[in-house]
Amino acid sequence: MRISAEDIGYSYRKKGRSIRVLETVSFAPKAGELTVITGRSGSGKTTLLNVLAGLLIPEDGRVMYDGRDICRADDGELSAFRNVNIGYIPQGHSALANLTLLQNILLPAALAGEDRTDTALELLQAVGLEKLKNAYPDELSGGELRRLAAARALINSPTVIFADEPTNDLDDENAAVILSLLKARAKEGAAVIIVTHDNMVSGYAYKVYTMDGGRLSEKENDHDDTLCRPLVS
Amino acid sequence: MKLRELPLIDIRRRPLRSTALIVVAAILSAAVFGGQVVIRSLQRGLDSLKQRLGADIIVLPEGAENKVDLENILLQGTPGYFYMDKSAAEEIASIDGVDKLSAQYFLVSANAECCTVQVQIIGFDEQSDITVKPWLKEAYEGSLGKNEIIVGAGLATKVGHSLTLYGVECRAVGKLERTGTGLDTAVYATNETVRGLIKASAEQGIAVLSRQSPEDVVSSVYIKAAEGTDLDELTAAINTEVEGVQAVRTKSMMTETADRLGVISKGIAVFIAAVWVLAVIIMSAVFYLTANERKREFAVLRVMGFSRKKLSRLVLTEALITAGAGAAAGVILTSAAVLPFVNIIEQKTALPLLMPKTSAIVSAGAAVIITVLATGSAAAALSAYRLSHIDTGKILREGC
Repeated sequence: MRISAEDIGYSYRKKGRSIRVLETVSFAPKAGELTVITGRSGSGKTTLLNVLAGLLIPEDGRVMYDGRDICRADDGELSAFRNVNIGYIPQGHSALANLTLLQNILLPAALAGEDRTDTALELLQAVGLEKLKNAYPDELSGGELRRLAAARALINSPTVIFADEPTNDLDDENAAVILSLLKARAKEGAAVIIVTHDNMVSGYAYKVYTMDGGRLSEKENDHDDTLCRPLVS
Repeated sequence: MKLRELPLIDIRRRPLRSTALIVVAAILSAAVFGGQVVIRSLQRGLDSLKQRLGADIIVLPEGAENKVDLENILLQGTPGYFYMDKSAAEEIASIDGVDKLSAQYFLVSANAECCTVQVQIIGFDEQSDITVKPWLKEAYEGSLGKNEIIVGAGLATKVGHSLTLYGVECRAVGKLERTGTGLDTAVYATNETVRGLIKASAEQGIAVLSRQSPEDVVSSVYIKAAEGTDLDELTAAINTEVEGVQAVRTKSMMTETADRLGVISKGIAVFIAAVWVLAVIIMSAVFYLTANERKREFAVLRVMGFSRKKLSRLVLTEALITAGAGAAAGVILTSAAVLPFVNIIEQKTALPLLMPKTSAIVSAGAAVIITVLATGSAAAALSAYRLSHIDTGKILREGC
């Protein structure tokens, strides 16, 4: 899937003041690549991710998926598109407290009208939570919850994956589990975009961008190219 | 996992909130349904009483206590009797404006060995009757013979069985339908039978009449006025021209009862309205507070691909399920608690309560459930709107 954000501008209001967060941002992550966006807190990284996922409608510019501007789609269309094509790992804990781990992972599939129990069980195994499939989120540690969020984002085999600080507050072992999972998806052809201020993550990226003052710029990356080169162009 | 299971899972996993909503809905439903049944029963009882008192004017022996006695006989089923000279009926018949008139006898069987049960006995004249026969036909088509009676629905006596009244075997030839009034515990016989019973009571040593012969007295006279007659004027004429009697317009008797029932019905309606307002406030508050708690959850659902419409539907479905469960529980519990005891309620309250037909109760129950469902949905509507229009980006960014 070809994705491009063109001349995106976005402001939000806080205490009556308008704060410009994105300033003419253009960005085109590629399928089969793991792209990392770094930057200080409040630099606009999460806002950019939300605009790309269609959760925020930009004031200026457009977000194109295969030549189609999602900003012009109605809510029903856009939501259905997000459900099937976009996997999103939000910042912080995002588990639904009333659902078991397995139900949490299955919910996006159920929304798409599909039963993906086998895939869900495979994903639980991949993130090391298979024994906790019937547990509820309040029985899990922070690291386990992050792994759960990652597994849930992948249930519908999305072609685009957004991960917002996926390794925040995680030990190296848990961080490696999530990053390996995302890297594997990129190798399978998905466009993976990670927002982070964890420099370790950049080592997994094919391309690294820096967000500063609402502007996005590509950064030299000294990653191991053999590990992160795109498999699909 | 099926998407349709989600509201049920949410309800099950929030037992405190769900129970609170179900209880509020059940209370609302019980109040509306119970109130509805009582109001309809009162109206039906009043209609039944109106139908049974088919006369325009009732004439009783003079004295306020006699009017109270008559009301007690009609409404509460408290047995009573009073007599006046039979000549009063003849005098009334000669007054202009009286079209038809018929006398009745009231007698009470004794609470003694001579009688099976203490009941109100009402005697009527088959030839001139204008009030009893039209509805007696429902129970018995023929003509009542000597010592034959028709029993009210509230008595245990079956058709074909007999009641012993002052030592006289009286055979039940028909049983009336329930009226919800005191008339349900009365037995009906011809004047001839009742006069015979009065004589028999004297033989049993129970003197109902101290001096007069039963042939010379009547208890009440029912009057049908000629067309075009001013009923107030006719009532006044009877009161002026006939000594020792009081004429009462049946409408005024009914109006007093109707006024009482109106006050009770209004009270119930105010109670229902108060419960309804309270339920809306509580339900709205619960949904509102829950909405605040659930912002993050709904932001995550948006991220997964839930549209605003689907989120609204989720909130409304949860509201409908809890309100529906509460409404059904309220109707079922009220039915179990009230319907079997309506006779006791009728006796204790001395009100003409006539239970609506089963079909009417079922339709009232259905209407109450729909009302409570609509109330639950209305209470949840604001929360559904708020939750489906959350600023997902802001919540994800700021975590609240």
